[in-house]
Amino acid sequence: MQKLVVIGAGMASGRLLEQLFAANPDAYDVTLFNAEPRGNYNRLMLSPVLSGEKSFAEIITHDEDWYAAHKVNCRFGEAIVKIDRDRKVVVGAKGEVPYDKLVIATGSAPFIIPVPGRDLPGVVTFRDLDDVEKMRGACGQGKSAVVIGGGLLGLEAAAGLRLQGMDVTVIHLAGHLMERQLDPAAGYLLGRAMEARGIRVHTQGSTKAILGHARCEAVLLADETTYPADLVVLAVGIRPEVRLANDCGLEVARGIVVDDAMHTSDPDVFALGECVEHRKTCYGLVAPLYDMAKVLAKTLLGEAGAYEGSEVSTKLKVTGVDLFSAGDFADKEGREDIVFRDPGRGVYKRLVLEGDRLIGAVLYGDTADGAWFFSLIKDATDVSEMRETLIFGPAYQGGAKADPMAAVAALPPEAEICGCNGVCKGRIVEAIEGGATTLDQVRAETKASSSCGTCTGLVEQVMALTLGDGFKMPTAQPMCKCTDLTHEDVRRLIKSQGLKSIPAVTQELAWKTPNGCHSCRPALNFYLLAEWPLDYRDDRQSRFVNERNHANIQKDGTYSVVPRMWGGVTTPAELRAIADAAEKYDVPMVKVTGGQRIDLLGVKKEDLPAMWADLNAAGLVSGHAYSKGLRTVKTCVGSQFCRFGTQDSTGLGIKLEQLLWGSWTPHKVKLGVSGCPRNCAEATCKDVGVICVDSGYQISVAGAAGMEVKETEALAAAPTEEEVLEITAAFVQLYRETAKYLDRPYKWVAKVGLDWVKAQVVDDLESRKALAARFEISQSVYRKDPWAEHAAADERPRWAPLADLTLEAAE
Amino acid sequence: MSWIDIGTLDDIPPLGARVLKTPLGCVAVFRAEGDRLFAISDRCPHKGGPLSEGIVHGDKVTCPLHNWVFSLETGEAQGADVGRVETFAVKAEGGRILFDGARLAQRDAA
Ligand code: SRM
Ligand SMILES: Cc1cc2nc3c(=O)[nH]c(=O)nc-3n(C[C@H](O)[C@H](O)[C@H](O)COP(=O)(O)OP(=O)(O)OC[C@H]3O[C@@H](n4cnc5c(N)ncnc54)[C@H](O)[C@@H]3O)c2cc1C
Ligand code: SF4
Ligand code: FES
Repeated sequence: MQKLVVIGAGMASGRLLEQLFAANPDAYDVTLFNAEPRGNYNRLMLSPVLSGEKSFAEIITHDEDWYAAHKVNCRFGEAIVKIDRDRKVVVGAKGEVPYDKLVIATGSAPFIIPVPGRDLPGVVTFRDLDDVEKMRGACGQGKSAVVIGGGLLGLEAAAGLRLQGMDVTVIHLAGHLMERQLDPAAGYLLGRAMEARGIRVHTQGSTKAILGHARCEAVLLADETTYPADLVVLAVGIRPEVRLANDCGLEVARGIVVDDAMHTSDPDVFALGECVEHRKTCYGLVAPLYDMAKVLAKTLLGEAGAYEGSEVSTKLKVTGVDLFSAGDFADKEGREDIVFRDPGRGVYKRLVLEGDRLIGAVLYGDTADGAWFFSLIKDATDVSEMRETLIFGPAYQGGAKADPMAAVAALPPEAEICGCNGVCKGRIVEAIEGGATTLDQVRAETKASSSCGTCTGLVEQVMALTLGDGFKMPTAQPMCKCTDLTHEDVRRLIKSQGLKSIPAVTQELAWKTPNGCHSCRPALNFYLLAEWPLDYRDDRQSRFVNERNHANIQKDGTYSVVPRMWGGVTTPAELRAIADAAEKYDVPMVKVTGGQRIDLLGVKKEDLPAMWADLNAAGLVSGHAYSKGLRTVKTCVGSQFCRFGTQDSTGLGIKLEQLLWGSWTPHKVKLGVSGCPRNCAEATCKDVGVICVDSGYQISVAGAAGMEVKETEALAAAPTEEEVLEITAAFVQLYRETAKYLDRPYKWVAKVGLDWVKAQVVDDLESRKALAARFEISQSVYRKDPWAEHAAADERPRWAPLADLTLEAAE
Repeated sequence: MSWIDIGTLDDIPPLGARVLKTPLGCVAVFRAEGDRLFAISDRCPHKGGPLSEGIVHGDKVTCPLHNWVFSLETGEAQGADVGRVETFAVKAEGGRILFDGARLAQRDAA
C-alpha cells in the first residue's frame, strides 16, 4: 500500500481524509501529524466553546473510533520540523516517517503585531483550543480584556469573553468594524450592537505597547489612551503557515503555490487549506477548503479534478447579531447601490450592482435572504427584470406573498444553503427524499449545517417544506414560550455568565415574559440551585405547590403527609407518633405506600406545621414524597434475617438514604437495595438499584417502573459499601449537573449514553471523587428537614388564611 | 366601596398569594410583580383547584391541579380553556392591604 503522510489535522485535512476514505478506503496507509495534541475538530466553533455555549467534546469532528476504523496512524502533539524531499521523509520529534505522497495542510498562524510587551504572559492569540483554554483561565468577574482587532475573529472573541463576565474593549485600526466585509453603515450598526452587549469599541485605535511587569496589565494606544487588561487577545489577522514548504524549497508566494489539481511544485507533494495560494488567492474561510479537499481526494486517487477558486460569503457567529456579507462592494465607477434601511427594526441591507449583475450584498439585522443573494452573485444572474423589488428578497419576486417560508420555497434547487460545505437546496431535498427525516440524518448525508451551524434554520426550513407535516422540529426545542433558548443553552449561560437569580436569568437572557411561567420557573430554580449550591437562595414561589408546601396536594385541596422511614424500617415509637398524629388531626385515610412507608392523606393546610412539629418530636422527618429529589430507598431484610441474604441490604439502604436525602434533582430519584439476586426490593427497576452478592455489590442504573417499564443497566461492581456510596453520589451529581429538568435518569442516560456516564462515575476515579465532593458541598446546604423549618412557631401563621371575613360580614 | 383592612403587604410573599375567607367562599389575594395586588375566587372552575397555590407569572396564575391559566385582572381562563373566576377589588395603601367588602355586605343585606 502507498504511504500517505498528512501534516496538520485541521479542517481541511479532516475533510480530505473523509473524501478519500469514502471513495477508496484501501488506497493509502495514512499517517496524520498534528502540532496540536488532539485530532480534527471544528475550529469554527471555538467561539461558542470560549463563551461556554458549547463544550469541546461537542465540536470534535473525528474521534478515536473514527481514526481506528480507518486505520489512521495518529501522531498528535508532534509537529513536523522538516521535510526531506530527496529522501521522501518527514521529520518529527519522534523521528522520521517515509512517504510516497505528502499532503501539507498546516493552515495559518495568527499574526503577532510587533509591539513591546507582546511576549508577556496573558497575551494570547485565537487559533486553537489551547488559546481558548488560556483565555478561559484568565476570565473572572470584574477582570478586563482587550481584544486587538475588530474583524470576525476579534469580535467573536470579544463576545465570548463578555459572556464569561469580562469587561471587554475592542481596539480596531480602521474607521469601522469588519471593514473588509462591511461598508461603513453596517459597520456602525455592528459597533452599536457590540456596545449594547457591554463591549467597548475603540475604532481608529493604533496599539503602541502592551504594558505590564510579570503579566500584561494594560494596553497603550498611540493616542495615549490606556485600557486595563488582565488579558490581551491578538486577532489582527493570519498568515499562511508556509515555513516547512519554504525550508524544503517548494514554490511559495504568499502561500504554498498549488495548481488546479492541488499539486505543489513537487509532483509527490500536495497542499490544501489556508496554507495554500491558488490562482494568486489565499483563503481564510472554510468553504473553499472543502472544495479543495474534494479535488485533492480525486487527484490522490489518480482521477481528474480541478479546483477553480471560490466565491466566499461571511457570517458573524455572535449570538443575537445577524450579519451577512458576500462579494465586492467597494465604491467604483459604474456601480450602483440599492440600500434599504429600517432603523426601527435595526435592519440595513445594501446590494451592489454592476450592469445587470449583482456583485455584492451586505445584510445586517435580517439575513434570511443571504443565501438567495449569494446564489445570484455566484451565478452572475441577470437581475434586470427584478431590479425594482430585488432588495425585498425572493419572497417578493413573481408576486408571491411574504410569509416566512416563502423565501426558502422560492430558492431554486441550485441555491446554496450551507456556505461552509457548498451544499445546495437540491442536494438537501434529494437527501430528504432519499429517506433522511431528521436534521442529524440530513447532516450526515449532505454535511449541510455541520460546520459553523448558522444555516441550521435554513436547512430545517427546507426540511419542513419538503416533508410537510411529517417534519417535527428536531433538536433545538426552546425551553418554553418565554424564550427561544433550549434547556441546554440556559444551563450553560447560567454558568458562563454567572447568573445567580431568576431575575438575573430572565433579564440577561432576554425572557419574553416579565417573570417566566409555570413551566420555566421551576426548571430555572433547579438549574440555579444545582449550579450555585452555596450562593443561590431557593425561590419558593417558583416551586410547584407540592414542593412549596412540602406535602402533596390532593384533588380536594387537602394534603398528604409521608414521613421518612429510612430504608423502610420503623419502630414502635414512630408508629405510635404516626397513629397519634392521625387521630389528633382527623386524618381520613392512613395508607401504606408502594415505597415502604406510611401516608397520612387528607390533612388541612393550616394543620401541616403543627402535625410536622408533633412528628419531628418523635424523630420523624419529611419523606419528600412530593419532591423532584430523593424519594425512597426500598430495601429487603437481607443478611440480618433472611436465610439467603449475602450482605446487609437494609443497612446499606439506610446509609444510601441518609447520604442522598434532601437533595434536589431534575426529576424524582428512587433506589432499591436487594440482599440477593432474588431481588425482593425490586432494585432492578429503580433509578439506581443495588443487588448484593457474595463478592460485594452490583450497581445498576436507569430503570423505570412508571409510565414506562425498563430494567436497569449494569453500571459497576463494587467490593465495599463505601464504594457503593461514592459511586451513587457521583451518579446522582452527574445527573443533577447534566440532565434536563423533568428527565428521569433513564431518559437522561438514553440521551448521554451509559458509556459516557460510566467513564465519569466509575472509570475515571478523579472525576468520580470530584462529583461526589460537589454533591457533598450541595448536601451541606440541603441535607436538612424542611418540615422542622416550617414548623417553627413564627412560621406557622403563614400557613393559615390571611384573614377571616365570614364573621365580620355576618355582624 | 367599603374598604376592609385585611393585613400588611409583607404578609404575602412577592409572586405569591394568601387566602381570605369570606361568606362568598375563599378568595385568593395575589401580590404580583411590582407589588400589584389582585383578588380572585380561590376555586378553579375546572375542578375546584386552589388558585392561591398556583405559580404566579406576569398578571397570571397557573392552577396547581391541571395547569389552567387565569388572568388575575379579568379572571378569564387563558388559551384554549374556557372559564372565568370572580374578581374582587383590592388595593395597597401605606403598606396595608385593603379589600373591597361591598359585595359581601350587599349579599348579606339581600
Ligand atoms: C403514594 C403513592 C401511591 C401509593 O399509595 O402507594 C404514589 C402517589 C403518587 N404518585 Fe407515584 N406513588 C407512589 C409510588 C410510585 C411507584 C412505586 C415505587 O416508588 O416503588 C411508582 C413507579 C416507580 C417509578 O417511579 O418509576 C410511581 C410512579 C409515579 C409516576 C410515573 C413516573 C414515571 O417516571 O413514569 C408519577 C407521575 C410523575 O411523577 O410525573 C407518579 C405520581 C404520583 C403522584 C405524586 C401524583 C400527583 O402528582 O399527585 C401521587 C401522589 C399521591 C399523594 O398525594 O401522596 N407516580 N409511584 C406511592 C408513594 C411512594 C412513596 O412512599 O413515596
Ligand atoms: C475562532 C475561529 C472562528 C472561525 N470561524 C469561521 C467561520 O465562521 N467561517 C469560516 O468559514 N471560517 C472560520 N474560521 C476559519 C477556519 O477555521 C479556517 O479557515 C480553517 O480551520 C482552515 O483549515 P486548515 O485545515 O487549512 O487549517 P487549520 O484548521 O488551522 O489546521 C491546521 C493544523 O495544522 C497543524 N500544524 C501546523 N503546522 C504543523 C506542523 N509543522 N506539524 C504538524 N501540524 C502542524 C496545526 O496545529 C493545525 O491543527 C474560524 C477560525 C477561527 C480560529
Ligand atoms: S397510580 Fe399513582 S398517580 Fe395514579 S391514581 Fe394511583 S396514586 Fe395517583
Ligand atoms: S382544577 Fe384547576 S385546572 Fe383542574
